Amino acid sequence: MSIFKNVTDKPWERKGVIGGLEAEGAFESPNEKVALSIFLVVASVVFSLFTVGYILRMELPDWRPLSEPAQLWFNTALLVVSSILFQWARNITKDDGEKNVRVAFFGAGVFAILFIAGQVITWNSLQSAGYFIASNPANAFYYLMTGLHAIHLLGGLWVWSKSSITLLSGGQPKDIKLSIELCTLYWHFLLIVWLVLFALLSNT
Amino acid sequence: MAYVPLADQDHEMEMHHPHSFVEKYVWSQDHKVIAIQYGGLAVFTGIVGLVLSLLFRMQLGFPDTATFIDPNFYYQAVTMHGMIMVVYLLTALFLGGFGNYMIPLMCGARDMVFPFLNMLSVWVFLLSVIILMASFFVSGGPTGGGWTLYPPQTNLAGTPGHDMGIVLMLISLAVFIVAATMGGLNYVVTVLQYRCRGLTMMRLPLTVWGIFVATLLALFAFPALLVSAVMMLFDILLGTSFFMPAIIESGTPLDHNGGSPILFQHLFWFFGHPEVYIVALPAFGLVSDVLSVHARKNIFGYRMMVWAIIAIGGLSFIVWAHHMYVSGMHPYFGFFFATTTLIIAVPTALKVYNWILTLWEGDIRMNAPMYFAIGFIFTFIHGGITGLFLGNVVIDLPLSDSYFVVAHFHMVMGVSPVLVVFAAIYHWYPKISGRMFHEGVAKLHFWCTFLGTYFIYLPMHYLGFLGVPRRYYALGTTDFIPASAQDLNTTITVAALFVGVSQILFFANLLWSLRYGPKADPNPWGAASLEWQTPDTPPSHGNWGDSLPTVYRWAYDYSVPGAAQDFIPQNTPENEEPTMDDQNVDMDKEA
Repeated sequence: MSIFKNVTDKPWERKGVIGGLEAEGAFESPNEKVALSIFLVVASVVFSLFTVGYILRMELPDWRPLSEPAQLWFNTALLVVSSILFQWARNITKDDGEKNVRVAFFGAGVFAILFIAGQVITWNSLQSAGYFIASNPANAFYYLMTGLHAIHLLGGLWVWSKSSITLLSGGQPKDIKLSIELCTLYWHFLLIVWLVLFALLSNT
Repeated sequence: MAYVPLADQDHEMEMHHPHSFVEKYVWSQDHKVIAIQYGGLAVFTGIVGLVLSLLFRMQLGFPDTATFIDPNFYYQAVTMHGMIMVVYLLTALFLGGFGNYMIPLMCGARDMVFPFLNMLSVWVFLLSVIILMASFFVSGGPTGGGWTLYPPQTNLAGTPGHDMGIVLMLISLAVFIVAATMGGLNYVVTVLQYRCRGLTMMRLPLTVWGIFVATLLALFAFPALLVSAVMMLFDILLGTSFFMPAIIESGTPLDHNGGSPILFQHLFWFFGHPEVYIVALPAFGLVSDVLSVHARKNIFGYRMMVWAIIAIGGLSFIVWAHHMYVSGMHPYFGFFFATTTLIIAVPTALKVYNWILTLWEGDIRMNAPMYFAIGFIFTFIHGGITGLFLGNVVIDLPLSDSYFVVAHFHMVMGVSPVLVVFAAIYHWYPKISGRMFHEGVAKLHFWCTFLGTYFIYLPMHYLGFLGVPRRYYALGTTDFIPASAQDLNTTITVAALFVGVSQILFFANLLWSLRYGPKADPNPWGAASLEWQTPDTPPSHGNWGDSLPTVYRWAYDYSVPGAAQDFIPQNTPENEEPTMDDQNVDMDKEA
């Protein structure tokens, strides 16, 4: 049932079982997906607040924008591929297919790992170029926001690695169908967050 | 409409039945055990906070009598008291304690949706408390920068705990937020997905509504505290300048440059004001249920109460800057936040009217929980009305740094929620423990607490009007504060010590009753909501025996005309309601 459908209900008037024979959940989705969706809203709040802080702080006179390395475009491509591969795996398992699921699922994780490696290389190159974290608030925000994004991705990779172990130890794609669905949702979310962050960091 | 056969599949549901003492009471995944763990830990931390308050009150009431209370210790005690009471006691107790115990039972579920995550939540909460308490033992002691932790003052030499103390506080808060998020996801998804058959959202008791919306607030407001804590940690540990401006410390210019302390204040209060309602909304829900049960009347204006909870939750995100009038802001901003603050008073006042109208012509049973619930209405009206004063910019400016503010927020979010905590614990104690508490001692505890807290906080309003500044270790000699202000301060301290010590009545009553109290009836108050209808008291693991309940009505069928008894449990089918006619037939047969 819709949560808001019944807010006009007069519960003191209606008696009897409402909603048929089964217990009622507000959403048809699995509980894990509902929980993940709520978590994504929470994570969005975190990133939004950092963004608001970024925008407010950059108004102050000591702000010196840093020039983002071109490698970030390459890193972005890696994350896009990772997200596409997850979607591929999701599309296959959605119809209970099995062919190419392993390729897509393992590939997605590997590309995500490559993205994080790329981010680390970018941090190192910025450090080498003298963009230290404490030398300017723009630098500090860069390391903070990209680092936070990477931590979220590592959290996703933890789930991915657990499912990978299931697959590698004889499990079938249908055993990790839900995990693939959740990873796909999570990766798309993190891709969108990254694109927003990248646009923000590049244009300011 | 989606029917998800989740809660009804009780036989297939994995229940994680405990097999050993450790599984049952330590690494337990049972929501009731976790609730008691959460509650116990929160209360323990709260006792630390209470003792700290008594210590700094000693300094204010009897200056320089206790020599170990130096200015540093005073500020550390004030700071830790504030943070402990708001976050580690009240938030943890309402959401982790009552949320865990009540949600599955009131929803007719066997447990939370994610029991393992639930267990993890309480252990991460323990970790946050350990980190917080560790700050008492590190070099420099805990932070003394005030519970709002404003930079730059908190981070500068001269403020106690500016080195390790503040770092541990920020880490502890971040860890607490992780725990609260894990628990919060559980509470929200359980309410949404695990309600038993027939239990629509609009049939939920207001306790669940209050905790549900407060949890959403916690999920969306705590990130602001997390963000400010992380950025402040970067400033302290890595030398960044998010919040730290260019500043000279003890004659030496620091490396920081250009940071914005006001940015911290915005972030902090974007969390801080919803936090008030994270504490208040569960209290509103719990007290609604206690009032209704003991007045033998349905809650007045149930739908209005639900909408008010939702409206307050939403509005609580757009009033935060009324805590920052004295920081300086554009007058239009001040006007906006004063207006939203006054608007949020509307749904809040509706709730107060409805509580009073619930009592109106009720068959009121003056049990101990009812004492505390009615006491709450007094203190909440009191604290709420002084909030209207402070919500206005022109009145707030002269009062903001005075004891008037201390009096206001202690009445509204200290005493009021704590009275509800006592009401709720006394009310549900028979179900939780299977024993009755001592009614007389509980009532004595009420009068000591209720009158005692008025002795503490009523004079504080007057001190505020006199202009006595809050936060000060010693008032020194000032022309505008009469010497008699010290007499009031002494009175307040004596009252505080009395109230503090009188809480022994509460703990002694509960502990004594646990062993020697008379066995409780499964439903001693005659309550209609589901948690009182469990086959076992206290509820066993899995709560509901072989099959989950089915709900046929809302949770407030009290004194229904024509019904044989003055309450009809939620799980009583419509055609099985005992009526007066049935009862007469039975009596005829017996005759």
